Amino acid sequence: MNLEELELIARSVRQENAVYDYEVNVCMDLACASQGAEQLREALIATGDASDKKVLVRRTGCMGPCSSGPLVRVDPDEILYSHVKESHAEAIIQSLGSEPVPELQCDLNEHFDKQVRVVLENAGYIDPEKIDDYIARDGYKALMTALMEMTPYGVVHRITESGLRGRGGGGYPTGLKWGTVAKAGGDTKYVVCNGDEGDPGAFMDRSVMEGDPHRVIEGMAIAGYAVGASKGFIYVRAEYPVAVSRLTTAIREARRRGLLGNNLCGTTFNFDVEIRLGAGAFVCGEETALIASIEGKRGTPKPRPPYPAVNGLWGKPTLINNVETFANIPPIVRNGGKWFASMGSERSKGTKVFALTGKITNTGLVEVPMGIKLREIIEVIGGGVPGGHTFKAVQTGGPSGGCIPAEMLDLGVSYDALLNVGSIMGSGGMIVMDDTSCMVNVARFFVEFCMTESCGKCIPCRAGTAQMYRLLSRICEGSATMDDLSLLEDLCGTVKETSLCGLGMTAPNPVLSTLKYFRNEYIEHIVHKRCPAGVCNIQAPVEVLA
Amino acid sequence: MSKLKLATVWLDGCSGCHMSFLDMDERLLALAEHVEVVYSPIVDTKEFPDEVDIALVEGAVASVDDEKKIRKIRAHTKLLVAMGDCAVTGNVPSMRNPLGPEAILDRAYIENVSAQPQIPCVVVPQLLRIVRPIHEFVHVDVFLPGCPPSADTFHTALTALVTGQPLDIPALTRFGA
Amino acid sequence: MSENVEVKTLVIDGHEVSARRGQTILEVARENNIDIPTLCHLDGLSDVGACRMCLVEIAGNNKLLPACVATVSEGMQVTTSSERLQKHRRTILELLFAERNHVCSVCVANGHCELQSLAQDQGLTHVRLPYRNPDLHVDASHERFTLDHNRCILCTRCVRVCAEIEGAHVWDVMGRGINSMVITDLHEDWGSSSCTRCGKCVQVCPTGALFDKSKIGTSHPKYPDFLPYLNLMREAQ
Repeated sequence: MNLEELELIARSVRQENAVYDYEVNVCMDLACASQGAEQLREALIATGDASDKKVLVRRTGCMGPCSSGPLVRVDPDEILYSHVKESHAEAIIQSLGSEPVPELQCDLNEHFDKQVRVVLENAGYIDPEKIDDYIARDGYKALMTALMEMTPYGVVHRITESGLRGRGGGGYPTGLKWGTVAKAGGDTKYVVCNGDEGDPGAFMDRSVMEGDPHRVIEGMAIAGYAVGASKGFIYVRAEYPVAVSRLTTAIREARRRGLLGNNLCGTTFNFDVEIRLGAGAFVCGEETALIASIEGKRGTPKPRPPYPAVNGLWGKPTLINNVETFANIPPIVRNGGKWFASMGSERSKGTKVFALTGKITNTGLVEVPMGIKLREIIEVIGGGVPGGHTFKAVQTGGPSGGCIPAEMLDLGVSYDALLNVGSIMGSGGMIVMDDTSCMVNVARFFVEFCMTESCGKCIPCRAGTAQMYRLLSRICEGSATMDDLSLLEDLCGTVKETSLCGLGMTAPNPVLSTLKYFRNEYIEHIVHKRCPAGVCNIQAPVEVLA
Repeated sequence: MSKLKLATVWLDGCSGCHMSFLDMDERLLALAEHVEVVYSPIVDTKEFPDEVDIALVEGAVASVDDEKKIRKIRAHTKLLVAMGDCAVTGNVPSMRNPLGPEAILDRAYIENVSAQPQIPCVVVPQLLRIVRPIHEFVHVDVFLPGCPPSADTFHTALTALVTGQPLDIPALTRFGA
Repeated sequence: MSENVEVKTLVIDGHEVSARRGQTILEVARENNIDIPTLCHLDGLSDVGACRMCLVEIAGNNKLLPACVATVSEGMQVTTSSERLQKHRRTILELLFAERNHVCSVCVANGHCELQSLAQDQGLTHVRLPYRNPDLHVDASHERFTLDHNRCILCTRCVRVCAEIEGAHVWDVMGRGINSMVITDLHEDWGSSSCTRCGKCVQVCPTGALFDKSKIGTSHPKYPDFLPYLNLMREAQ
């Protein structure tokens, strides 16, 4: 395989597609599929075949606005239909070449206009099980370019120049990490893709793995070339069976096309990828725990240093990046580091995919340039809070993140800005809360999550989260005292400062941020025994044995 | 100088702390120079006095009665001392907590009783579901762990308390001492 | 000792000390009679950095580092005791006491327990956190030893000594978070497990969680000091 052959494949795909006058793309991502997108697609194919029109019906990955699903986009006119049912197939096929079906058309222009799609550039445009679809949209061109025209150092330099930072949550400069692994000694190194997405309400990585799996593989292969690794592992949680099957297909197809395996592009570079399944432990998203899990051990973290970049999988230098980070690599290599760095804010470059959930009109996946105001994401792209309720807070960063109140909506989204207000970027979960949400209850929910997901290795996380949960429960039940509150704050400090890994270190964040911005809600529960949002069921405590 | 009013209280414990207190022997006489015992299982007062300077509380809070008592004691005491492990940690009385009070009452009053097995419900106070140390109910000023704290510990601690000297408790005693 | 030893100098609690490259802060501190409290660490076993008692402050580093695994570097300035560290250490001990049912007064290890004496050393007179009172069982199926989960602090010394020194790997950890438990084999009774009855786990257990049945009602000191000696003799062979 080389660039010319790649171009040949791309051209033949385009020629094949040129036969069709219309392309009907059906979103087959989980949300749409669960509402009957599969039956809809079959109906569209049957109706299309029966008509005299030349129609290509294609299944695609997530198009974004999940709450409007099932979604169908008709090309070349880019007409988006929402809430499409099987029974609408007839009308859609009939409308081709004339006026669109009015009752299915949706106005999501504002939703899309503010977005910039880099990671999701192919989402909704390719069939994730067809490697040629990916190639036709410049897929694997970056890998070819890197192998044929760049030195490994050049690739690292380009990534460094782009300013890309880890999209898994930590925001560690990707170029720096690559450079460290590249410089590490030894013949054997590994590239690991962290697809153990576990934050409640987050599904960015799943969507990328399911909708555009080759992008991840290409990113990993480029990384392998840059750091000198010939083996990659994708660690996917077993709760993502579709992602696993799409990745399996993608790896097989890539091997068949000579894009994985030995002597890629006729060079001496070998690279292959294997999938490893997680068994449902959130902590395995932590890199040292993930490594232990791949090694077949109990998934518990280890103290760092030594960092995986020096001493990782089976003691070898290991590059671990998140799915979204790898997904950013091909466009950066293709378009240059400067192109990427031109997007975003001062210290946070490029775009970020967010999974917008909670009390918001347009639930779904969005990709925005860094630096965009939270207000724009929530009010414009997200369409605001539905049902006449008022916005109260937005939680970013999943269980490790914090709640950001309404007064701070004009904050520009970046790693540092979010950290400054007591939250984190995290992997990209964004949960919107309105006046019907009790912030104490929200904090308790996230602490409960961390408590049940703690691996149990270090004491502050194992026992500390359990005690935090207990104290928060007392507050929610109305049986807490002000002493309990100060004890809770004290405990948060210890858990944050002394826990072994990120899970424990960040577990107090939801409590600390809600205490910072919504302290009055805590006081209401404790002193006046009432829940302002009406969520907590406060009753007089029954202590006596009947 | 008027004497400090000292009370000693016996909640859910074995009275071992009181025994150890008495083990101070002749040193009690020296202590009596400074304090007057106004309420105790070993004196005759029936009601907890209105104004007490130092209250030594033995035992955990295990029944509704204990809870009422400790709240009252707190309200009328300047310096509340949790005396011994039961008061400080719950200790042996709290070992029933994982099982729940029903299991304990059953074992004591039904399973091992041949004549008229029945769980008492009048006169004896109702048990709380969970036995807890006293600081979970009221503010405690001094914690004196030990099962029981030794007579020497009592002597050193009480002498410091009545004379206002600094007191380093961890140097004297520990849980289970 | 090899001839090419790289020596580092650093400052621990104001004392200038020297160390070999690769030594941990804990090793160097103890060589210089500077006490750092530990629970999961035991000389002769691998370190896991789990109990967080040995966390120390490093000048210029916001994060606290576990002295048992953090290695020395040139010019490092270490503080092993500060108000912040002491507060954290006490809170961690409180978390342990409240986690399971530690009743010192009736424990076979009373007076010989590392948890108990650490609490005293760190000035802990009571536990502010609510006791969890979990319902845990006691495995007395072994003919010589007993496992009492009520007193286990999950330091995993037993797991490590069994795997690393005895080579049997009978012990391991089951479950997650607050529900973690040490188990023998695949959660079989200790008595019917593949235990070699060597008793090393009992000797290294810092509390009364693992004890010798013959010591019930008597004093039960533990003797874990054989480990470094055993390692030394094995290396010599």
